[in-house]
Amino acid sequence: MMFQSRRSILKMGGALIALAALPLRALANFVRNDAAFTATSMDTTFAALGAEPVDSADIVVGSPDIAENGAVVPVEISTTIPGATRIMIMVEKNPNPLSAEFFIPEGTVASVSTRVKVSQTCQIFGVVEANGKFYKASKETKVTLGGCGG
Amino acid sequence: MAGKIRVRASLNGDKCEVKALMRHPMETGMRKDAQGNQIPAHFIKEVVAKVGDRVVMQAHWGAAVSQNPFLGFEFTGAKAGDVVVISYVDNKGETDDGSATVK
Repeated sequence: MMFQSRRSILKMGGALIALAALPLRALANFVRNDAAFTATSMDTTFAALGAEPVDSADIVVGSPDIAENGAVVPVEISTTIPGATRIMIMVEKNPNPLSAEFFIPEGTVASVSTRVKVSQTCQIFGVVEANGKFYKASKETKVTLGGCGG
Repeated sequence: MAGKIRVRASLNGDKCEVKALMRHPMETGMRKDAQGNQIPAHFIKEVVAKVGDRVVMQAHWGAAVSQNPFLGFEFTGAKAGDVVVISYVDNKGETDDGSATVK
């Protein structure tokens, strides 16, 4: 009896430790690529990511044609590319093009929306990683009032 | 600063639609104040959304995400009563979170 309860307590402790370790493991899979976030052009961003994206018609970049206020530009990127695990938003002419990256776990729809700053009229790129390959599509957004500094 | 993220999670067919609004200045570090002093960068670096132990969304952000950021996404396999928890960490190590019950 004594031993049994001791064992079950041990088991419980073990389960708790496993639970606590889970979020850490999940986070560790996706390490932030600081070089990509600080790169100052589309080319150097792709180089930092080790990506050579090809144009794809299966990525939809939803952003306004004209943004009055570049500080708040709604962007939605969705894709039907099978096995998409990562969606990135890059704003071509921002000081650092890479604005955000989203990891798509299994069971999550490959479609994300957020709002970004756009410094001046340029292409907004949706870049998707699927099975180690990179794909891109873009849409132009005209900006009347820049979103950086001003 | 805990619990200030506003989250909504609603079932739409087999999908659960999540919308979150965070409160954050998202300073780029490139702006100057009225005295011409550089305003230091202050932005959210990482956002995680979970249902129990299941990670349903994870994002890395740069300073180009707008002030008071919005995040919208959908995932499958949720049922009414599940709780979606969203949390962030910024470049100063400050954190916040928020949750919503799936309806």
